[in-house]
Amino acid sequence: MFRTAGMRNLFMTPFCLWAGIFIFVPLFCMAWYAFTDESGFFTLENFTLAFDRPYFKALMLSVALALASTIICLILAYPLCLILTDKARDLSTIVSLLFILPLWMNSLLLTMAWQTILEKNGILNQMLRYFSLPDANLINTPTAIIIGMVYNFLPYMVLPLYVSLSKIDKRIIEAARDLGASYMQTFWKVILPLSLPGAVSGITMVFIPALTTFVISALLGGGKLLLIGNVIEQEFVAGYNWHWGAGLSMILMIFIVVNMAVTAFFDTSHEEVEEK
Amino acid sequence: MINRLKMIYLAAIFLFLYAPIGILIAQSFNESRYRGHWTGFTFKWYESLFENENIFEALSNTVSIGFFSALIATIFALITCIALREFGKKRRAVFMSVANIPILNADIVTGISLMLLFIGAGLRLGYETILIAHIVFNIPYVMLCIMPQLVSLDKSFYEAALDLGASPFQAFTKVILPEMRPSIFAGFLLAFTMSADDFIITYFTKGAGVDTLPTEIYSELKLGIHPEMYALSTLVFFFVLIFVVLFAMTRKHLADKEVF
Amino acid sequence: MKRETIRLENIAKSFGKLTVLDEVELTIYESEFITLLGPSGCGKTTMLRIIGGFERPDSGRVIFNGRDITELPPNRRPINTVFQKYSLFSHMNVEENIAFGLRIAGKDEGYIRSKINYALKLVNLEGSEKYDVTKLSGGQQQRIAIARAIVNEPKILLLDEPLSALDLKLRRNMRSELVRINRETGITFVFVTHDQEEALSMSDRIVVMNQGYIQQIGTPEQVYNEPENAFVADFIGDSNIIDGIMVRDKLVKIFGREHACEDTGFPPECPVDVQIRPEDITLGEPSEDSFNGIVKKVVFWGMSYDIIVEADGFEWLVQSIHGREVGEEVSITFDPYNIQIMSKPQSEDEEAAQDV
Repeated sequence: MFRTAGMRNLFMTPFCLWAGIFIFVPLFCMAWYAFTDESGFFTLENFTLAFDRPYFKALMLSVALALASTIICLILAYPLCLILTDKARDLSTIVSLLFILPLWMNSLLLTMAWQTILEKNGILNQMLRYFSLPDANLINTPTAIIIGMVYNFLPYMVLPLYVSLSKIDKRIIEAARDLGASYMQTFWKVILPLSLPGAVSGITMVFIPALTTFVISALLGGGKLLLIGNVIEQEFVAGYNWHWGAGLSMILMIFIVVNMAVTAFFDTSHEEVEEK
Repeated sequence: MINRLKMIYLAAIFLFLYAPIGILIAQSFNESRYRGHWTGFTFKWYESLFENENIFEALSNTVSIGFFSALIATIFALITCIALREFGKKRRAVFMSVANIPILNADIVTGISLMLLFIGAGLRLGYETILIAHIVFNIPYVMLCIMPQLVSLDKSFYEAALDLGASPFQAFTKVILPEMRPSIFAGFLLAFTMSADDFIITYFTKGAGVDTLPTEIYSELKLGIHPEMYALSTLVFFFVLIFVVLFAMTRKHLADKEVF
Repeated sequence: MKRETIRLENIAKSFGKLTVLDEVELTIYESEFITLLGPSGCGKTTMLRIIGGFERPDSGRVIFNGRDITELPPNRRPINTVFQKYSLFSHMNVEENIAFGLRIAGKDEGYIRSKINYALKLVNLEGSEKYDVTKLSGGQQQRIAIARAIVNEPKILLLDEPLSALDLKLRRNMRSELVRINRETGITFVFVTHDQEEALSMSDRIVVMNQGYIQQIGTPEQVYNEPENAFVADFIGDSNIIDGIMVRDKLVKIFGREHACEDTGFPPECPVDVQIRPEDITLGEPSEDSFNGIVKKVVFWGMSYDIIVEADGFEWLVQSIHGREVGEEVSITFDPYNIQIMSKPQSEDEEAAQDV
């Protein structure tokens, strides 16, 4: 749009400055804290700390719960998106909007409402008692946290998956059926590979916030189940040790970078296929 | 049979999604201020909502931070996207992934690293730091909305405007901007939503005494939520619902017109 | 009689290492319909964009009415363009699109109104002022794009493959429409296409281009009947192009047989390209003093047959209204005035550089 590259670079300058100050410098600050101790000397102790029992336990629990809720989101989202893409266009618009609607509600309050549902004398148990079934002790258990994570992050799985599924040409599916594939074969051999990019970006968008949350665990874990997010939050907010917190944050970032690399890998392989 | 299964599945998912919302709405009409105890129907929380200064201040902070961060992020993203358009595909991808760091990174890391920057720079945490932090994570959201349309916008639109005698500036304001209106609007709206719903980054970059709705709710959690919050959420829910229904209806209306 | 309107002087342009235009000299006259014809990548669109001001040539000058406009930006040139994808502004209706240039120029509303009426009448779309441009058909969008350009009373209208997005029937209609608009308005049309049929049927003059060089400039009859080199002969219409040797003036030797022709001025024993159009060949009974061959393949096209005849190891393409049987022995004859002798390029590079 510009006649000269100079004009283009001028337009790019504000962003470069901005990214420098508000993206790179903060991460540098974080790294600075992570690699120094309280007297400002270089140390790696903040990282080895992660292998101390309580921290390590929190980290492993976080990974386990995040994995579990990501898998549950994936399993719930696939049928849902297949149903949504299958519906007539008018109906599917309304259904999708209904699906996005809860996103405008404050997620803290909604997670609170899960507390009301799951607690000892909560709505779920009252219903179970009504049908003379045994109580389900869910509140303050990992299960409750997983429910909260799935509830909060399911839309982030559904949206990219829905987009990539709705891009698949119906005729490709018909062609697969025509060539003799059963519905399940069509799903495994055609639909799944074609929707993989959407699924991968959905997995990233669920796994990372699930891994790093401290709110859901605080509300549904009753303060007994510590996730890595809770540990980091306490190091900073309750004023324990910022260097430890920064070190643990850097370890979290390793997971994030790996996750991003995997996503990027799937993204490019997808583009190459498209270009052919 | 299969169709019925599909409907049951959809219904189950929607029950899962809307059950907590139903509970919120119910609580906003509950006489008792404790959740889980239904003692009778009342409108009193809606009345006291308008007298609750904490909530009112948090609401006005949320709205003004949402508005200004979305506005500034949109302007910023627009300028950047226009420049990025001129770069080759590879370099554009590099810039885009740098821009995306704040949203790909975990909120807790973004929030804490910004807090460290603000403190390191000697800034007092408060309204301004929240605003800056929200601009930081809103820019990539707006860019993600604007970039695809800008890239697919044919270069000849701009050239056609020049060809018809418009100066480059006129071509931009009279043709490019109006053509881009849908995605600019979508980007702004998404940014506002993200800002209004953000808790974690706000939590780390806010100072004492300044609260947005999410941080206000969080601070109330320990002592018990003021039921006025439920009333406010219910109002927001129905407001958005009406908006969405109107939107869906105009979309349908437009789609009908297209057929003829 | 013909007044010059725009002249390209020794234009060269390259993108990176790729040279797209070189040594281009072209004079365009007032009110003519001139077509830039060539395969994709031949530089025709770049040439159009240099005239429009969207690209700056690396060297050379663009002279408009005696004035050097090489550095003038597109918005200040009295030239308008109809883009390949029309580029109608989707946030404006038909009327607003047409009025865009006039409003920018600050014309008064009365003038604009009368211009819109005039232009819509010219493109046969009266009454569509308020239509949404995105709901129009391809042909209608195209007409609006033309109307939007000509209301500004440009001296030159540039058309960048404007018919390529239309279906066959519409394309035929639009051809005569464009010629009519050119005649009615007196605006110079510079039309870019890769479709030889379009070029032949619409243009006053055709500029045949290949690999950044102008191969030939001439009327449609000239470029069809008297191609100056093998590229032009091959690109426009079907041709049999045979290696030959010029024995002397008006006598050429092909496949070891001397044949009369009408061309003169080549040095003796000079190797040449000999072009014979398939429709100029007559098939007959085999005989001693003609090229004899065997029918290899016959394809019926409706109006005529394409017949492939193998003779002297060469596959002749013959078009005839009479069919033949495969395997039949036939003779190939043609008249001296149907032979076109073209000098051979000295090297690959010159093949492209064959200049006027």
